[in-house]
Order: sequence, then C-alpha cells, then structure tokens
Amino acid sequence: MKNKAKLLAYPYVVWIAIFIIVPLVLVLVYSFTEGNIHNPSSLTFSLKSYDKFFNILYLNILWKSFKLAFISTFLCLILGYPVALIISKAKAKYKGILLLFFLVPIWMNFLLRTYAWMAILSPNGFINRLLQLIGLPTLAIMPGQTAVVIGMVYNFLPFMVLPIYTVLSKIDKNVLEAAMDLGANKIITFIKVIFPLTVPGIISGITMVFMPAVSTFVISQLLGGGKELLIGNLIEQQFTVQRDWHFGSALSIILMIMILISMAFMSKADKDDEGGAALW
Amino acid sequence: MVMKLIKKIYMSLIFLFLYAPILVLVVFSFNESKSRGQWGGFTLKWYAELFRDRDIIKALYYTFLVALLSSIISTIIGTFSAIGIHNMGLFGRKTILNINYLPVLNPDIVTGVALMTLFVSINLRLGFLTMLISHVVFNIPYVILSVLPKLRQMNKHMAEAALDLGATPFTAMKKVIIPEIMPGIITGALMAFTLSIDDFVISFFNTGSGVTNLSIIIYSMAKRGVKPSINALSTLMLITVVILLLLINKRTTKGDELLP
Repeated sequence: MKNKAKLLAYPYVVWIAIFIIVPLVLVLVYSFTEGNIHNPSSLTFSLKSYDKFFNILYLNILWKSFKLAFISTFLCLILGYPVALIISKAKAKYKGILLLFFLVPIWMNFLLRTYAWMAILSPNGFINRLLQLIGLPTLAIMPGQTAVVIGMVYNFLPFMVLPIYTVLSKIDKNVLEAAMDLGANKIITFIKVIFPLTVPGIISGITMVFMPAVSTFVISQLLGGGKELLIGNLIEQQFTVQRDWHFGSALSIILMIMILISMAFMSKADKDDEGGAALW
Repeated sequence: MVMKLIKKIYMSLIFLFLYAPILVLVVFSFNESKSRGQWGGFTLKWYAELFRDRDIIKALYYTFLVALLSSIISTIIGTFSAIGIHNMGLFGRKTILNINYLPVLNPDIVTGVALMTLFVSINLRLGFLTMLISHVVFNIPYVILSVLPKLRQMNKHMAEAALDLGATPFTAMKKVIIPEIMPGIITGALMAFTLSIDDFVISFFNTGSGVTNLSIIIYSMAKRGVKPSINALSTLMLITVVILLLLINKRTTKGDELLP
C-alpha cells in the first residue's frame, strides 16, 4: 500500500517542476541575460540588469519599501497584540462574535478595502470635507507615505492578530494558574509566561504582515498616488509598461533574496521553529 | 474595573478603524451627489449604473468561474498529492513540501511574474486558461497543507486493516481514507475558493485578451479616481460577506473555523 500510494504524488512532482521550479529558473536566467526573450538564442549572459539596480534611485526605492513595511509591521504588532489578547480572554459567548466582526473586513475584497481609504483620505475625500465643514485647514495625507502606511496597517492587521490569537488560545490554563499560585501577579505572569509562549505567533504574524507589505504595488499605487514608488511598483512597471523583463527579473530576484534574509533572521529569533506550519 | 473600561474603549477604537472606511463607502453609495462629503439626497442610481456596466458583470462572471474551477481542480490534485506525499520517504517528502511552500512564502508579485514569464516564453496567449492555471498553481499548496495534518492524525493501521479485510486499494481510499480526512479537504477547498476570489496580483499578471476579474476591474477604476458605482459594489459585497459569515457561524458556532 505504502509503495503504491506514494505514486499519487508523482503527477504533482511533474506539476511543481513545470509551474513552480521552471518559472523561477526562467526569472533567474532572464535576470542574468540580455536580448530578446522571445528568441532564446539571442540571449547572452549579462550583469547589466543588476548593474542598473545599483543606482541611488533604485536603492532608495528598495530602502523605502523596507522602511514602510517595517513601520507597518511594527504598528500592526503594537495595535494587534492587545486585540488578540482581549479576544482570547473574552467570555466564551462573546469570543465567536468578536472574532467574526474582526474578520468581516478581511473577507471584503482587498482592492475595495484600499479603495475605501482612497475615498476617505484623498484631497477632496471624506476627512477633508469634514474638516472644511467645521472650518479647519485640510490635511494632505494622500498621496503620501502616511496614507500608504495606513493602507498597509488596515489591510494586514488581521494577519498579525490571527496567529497571535491562535497561540494565545492554545495556552494551557493550568500554566497560568501555576504562575499565579507561585506568587506571580498579572503583570509578571504576562511578561514571564504568556508573552514568551506567544513568540511563535508573533513571528508568524510579523512574517505574514511584512511579506505582503514589502512587496505590494497596489497600496502604494492607489494611496501613494503613483508618487510613492515601492519595489513592487518598480517590478510591475518593468513587466507591464517598460517591457524590460531582464531588469524586472533582476528586481524580483533581489526582492526574494532580501525577504529570504529577513526571514532567516526571524526564524533564528524563533527557537522552536516549526517551519511554515506555524503560519496557520 | 478600569482595565475592563480600557479594554472596551480599545476594542471600540479598533472596530471603528476597521469599519469606518467601509461604512463611508456604504453611506455614499446612496448619495445622489457625485462628490463625497456632500449629501445630495438618497438615490439608487449607482446600483443601476453598476448593473448596467457590462465590464463589471463580465468580471464578476470570470471571478466566480475561475474560483469554482480552480478550487475544484486544486482540491482534487491537492488531496491525491497529499496522500502520495504522506506515503513518501523522508527525503522525498521534505523536498516536495519545501518546494510546495514556495508559492505560499514567495511574495505574490514574484509568483505572478514568474508564471507570466513561463507562459510568455512558451508562447501561451495570456487569457482565461493562463489565469485558471495560475490560480490552480497557488491553490494546491494550501490544499496540501490542510489535508496533510489530517493524514498524520489518521490511524495508519486503518487503511491496512481495510486492505487485510479484502478491500481493493481503491475501496480503501474511498471508504476509509477520504472520509477520515474530509474535514481537511473541505478546509482546503474553502481556502482555495476564497483565495481565488480575492486574488489580484497573480491574476493581474496572468490574464489578458479581455478576461478580467473583480479585483482587476476595481484596480483599473480606482486608478482613474473615485467612482460611485464602486461604492455600490462594496455595499453589495459587504452584505454578501456578512450573510455568508453569519450562516457559517450559525453552523459551526466556533469562530475558529473562519480562520482563512
């Protein structure tokens, strides 16, 4: 049985070779070549795309992407941890409904959620109309970095709360009682027991927020008004507008490597790393 | 007592942050005047405009068609692959699972761009087929990841017992393994469906020839500025989501089932 059953995985081996491995290899190849991509024989080895990237203009964009993603992740953690804590400690009959209402917005389309903030923050949007109505000067949040950060926090906050909540709700109540019995007060219990136990959740939360934030091009396009270019916008432009697939591929490889480095850094902080399983 | 009050205020502020933008959209979907911040009276004309918009209706159709097809295909491939992977040796299993994680861990934009590169390189015209394939590609890993834990929890002697009692491998699969891992399969299928409906980035790069989905159409509309018919669309989607979630919540009563 065992030997035969494993045959069931073989079609998927072929599938991942074609649709996961080959595309990434192609991107890698294009990043190191120049020439016409529709004519493979014209491709020649070249470091032009990487050379092009090491330019203050592009390095700044990469720096800004990481800066904004870092700020957003930090804000999500600060705002989200108490939410996870409060929901996990809520009475059983409220817990389900709190979680439900927390999740409704993420079940709305991602583009619509971003669009909603456009309608609120844009120069003649809701907030500025309100301010005008009561005679206050208007704000110039959008387009700008603040608007992009608000959009990121709004869209990705649940990704921080859910893993922390999951870890919190799995904590054995006896452990907490033991801490209390041994004389720890609520604050000490939190610092010495609860918080360390939620570190795996925090790590997955950070990964799940940071990754989409650093690679987004939608939020920066819509809320940054096209002026706050991030690495995601740069990649998107190379593939859709500029048609410089070699440079686009090099940018994708650089983004992947940067993310891999940050993730390796994160998983080192997480002692009992369960791999991606901790994601869910 | 004070702590309780602080908690309540904090949660209220968070919910305000989460819902205020959506509520603004809902309110202004009924606004006669085109500009926000000015109330021109109640109207349903944006809803009428929405339903007259052929592009939106077409995008809606493709969104659901792709979600349905890709979740069915990826659930079938994913379930069988998970059973296969579960029975593999340690090395094979680890290798496949690590590659399987790539679409989950890679940024969507890299997955999207890489697939687009593949399709263009083999001269496959970007359109419905490529969008469907790309959705299946990113859905299967989630199905596998939700089925595998159920396989691990399963008593491994059960399938053997079925075989000893004279079942063919096919019967053992149908009568023993599949029912046992059904919760994982359903979770995987639902996850695939919602991921597909909500996807923007991967579809954006892997479609063409006039085939779009809801996210793509909202993006191109929003890029040109605020349009009241999008407000109407948001309101309808909010109502759908709330009704669906309440139904699911009634069936499970355990909020944990809703985790995406």
